[in-house]
Amino acid sequence: MPAIIKIQNISKQYKGSDYQSLNNVKLEIPEGSIFGLLGPNGAGKTTLLSILCGVIRPTLGSFEIAGISSNGNIRRIQEMIGVVPQEYALYPTLTAYENLVYFGSLYNVSKADLKPRITSYLKHLGLEKFMHKKIHTFSGGMKRRVNLIAGILHNPRVLFLDEPTVGVDVQSRATIIAYLKQLNQEGTTIVYTSHLMAEAQDFCTDIAIIDQGTVFVEGTPQELIQSIPHAHSLEEVFIALTGKKLRDVV
Amino acid sequence: MWFKLGQSILKELRLLFRDIGGLITLFVMPIILVVVVTSIQDSTYQSISASKIPILWLDHDQDSISFRVRAELEKSQSFELVTELNNKALTETAAKDAVFSGRYQMAIVLPDNLTSDLNIKVRQNVDAILEEMGMNTASYEPVTLERKEVRMYFDPATQTAFKNGIKSNIDKMIAQLESDAIYKTFETQLGGSGSTSFNEPFISFKEVVPQTHPDEVLPNSVQHNVPAWTLFAIFFIMVPLSINIVKEKSQGTYLRLISSPTSNAVLYTGKIITYLIICLLQFYAILLVSKLFFPLLNLPELNLSGNKVLLMSLLTLTAGLAAIGLGILLGIVCNTQEQSAPFGATFVVILAAVGGVWIPVFAMSDVMQVASKASPMNWALNGYYDIMLRNGSVVSIIPEMGLLTLFFAAIITFALLYDKKKRSV
Repeated sequence: MPAIIKIQNISKQYKGSDYQSLNNVKLEIPEGSIFGLLGPNGAGKTTLLSILCGVIRPTLGSFEIAGISSNGNIRRIQEMIGVVPQEYALYPTLTAYENLVYFGSLYNVSKADLKPRITSYLKHLGLEKFMHKKIHTFSGGMKRRVNLIAGILHNPRVLFLDEPTVGVDVQSRATIIAYLKQLNQEGTTIVYTSHLMAEAQDFCTDIAIIDQGTVFVEGTPQELIQSIPHAHSLEEVFIALTGKKLRDVV
Repeated sequence: MWFKLGQSILKELRLLFRDIGGLITLFVMPIILVVVVTSIQDSTYQSISASKIPILWLDHDQDSISFRVRAELEKSQSFELVTELNNKALTETAAKDAVFSGRYQMAIVLPDNLTSDLNIKVRQNVDAILEEMGMNTASYEPVTLERKEVRMYFDPATQTAFKNGIKSNIDKMIAQLESDAIYKTFETQLGGSGSTSFNEPFISFKEVVPQTHPDEVLPNSVQHNVPAWTLFAIFFIMVPLSINIVKEKSQGTYLRLISSPTSNAVLYTGKIITYLIICLLQFYAILLVSKLFFPLLNLPELNLSGNKVLLMSLLTLTAGLAAIGLGILLGIVCNTQEQSAPFGATFVVILAAVGGVWIPVFAMSDVMQVASKASPMNWALNGYYDIMLRNGSVVSIIPEMGLLTLFFAAIITFALLYDKKKRSV
């Protein structure tokens, strides 16, 4: 498949920091893939996602999404992408419906399309009857599902997910993963970060392992497992490549 | 774009009206503030017998001067003279202790022989003058007299303005009595009957308030206080607005907002319009309470004759813009509510102080007067006073409205540039 995202030599060093959060990252993400961006804490995953979403600017380098260069075209890129942040990026005192109408409007979804889309997504993710309940009354799993819907209301070509299943129960996780697979089958390219290696091995079609701001390896989960002698899982590959040393960063 | 903007405004209004604590801060507290401050200030200016200030009065003179000072003080209706403590005759030590312990605001001690010594001193001086003029009228042998001291003790917590006011009143009374004694002595020494009254001052003062129409209401505490404290409440909107922005950052919604294909202009215009609506609602609520509720508290009614409401609404819009600009800047600069809330609250108090809400600008030091001219609260206050007290038209408030709008434009530009810079590092 042709690459829908082309990352060209992106480096990022935050002001006052002694080290580079991203160091000359080059990556091509195939269209229609579920691309796992894996790495320990502080590896640079969230920084890379933030750059691709137009939230922060790279120190050096650029990227393209669907042939549109990041230079001066961030708004056009943002129209094509969906973002599901790690936090519950929702207003707690608004209902699920009110949150989704607001975020949908920001992504240029028309007034006429919003209500049927929201109802449909809430139904698919088992939240239809909680549509008019305030978010602060929701469980962690319910918030995660609304958080996901807020990122896909405008039918993005590329969906960025930053640890979308962290802190949720098994049922919610299964629902989220199943729905993401369905979205992918319908044509959405998914870029996903996680610390859950088993989930990533099962979910992703392609994976890149990143550490200390540098992409170590990339390939399908099977290719990565086969590349490390005696490795039987993605977790073993991950440990073999990134080591067991703690990665606490401040 | 209009749908986005409409949804942004709707979202902000929902967030505000579902926060009971925030609503109380925005609407109830300013009304309480205006009512309380106006009531206090009004009673300060009025002579109400129920609020007489007790003063310890120790009279060692017991003669005509002390009797007249006492009579004048009692006539003023502002003071109640206390001559006993715990059913015992007052002594200077007891008076001093009672004042320093804060039980009384002040004590006045008149020295003994004040009247007789003053009379002797005046007579000696008059004799000396007449002798110089060749008229030998000396009626007794000159004696050396010590200067007389009227001692005043003040509670250390007493405010300087109050202290100075009392001191100047007593001083004026004594000076009047001294000049009276001089006149009388001259008259007696020159062979007059001594019965001519010199008490009536030749020069008097009359306050003339400029009025363009004879039916205008004269300035009163309500006309002064309602604009000043309404402005204070409007600028306080900085606090909830900055908290709103900081919360978006901590909740993660900010990330979703800035990663959406919506410009900052639309996002912040939603906030600006919403908080402007709140400013106007605050303003009308305070006006309504001032108009309807103040007369029930025996306060003067707020005069809103002519097009005052319309002009004040226009000015409130621009003052609201200035306050909102500061709130947005604060929200962008601060990372936590612990930073934004106390800073915002303190900053409003500083702006109010510098702006002349508490102390008139003309009474400030030169440096503070210059600082005051740079304060948006001062511009807005001057505009309100133009409308409420100087019967100004829209032309007279255009400079203030212009300054406030420019201030908003400068602050919001700086805030958005700062935000952009923050994200590019």
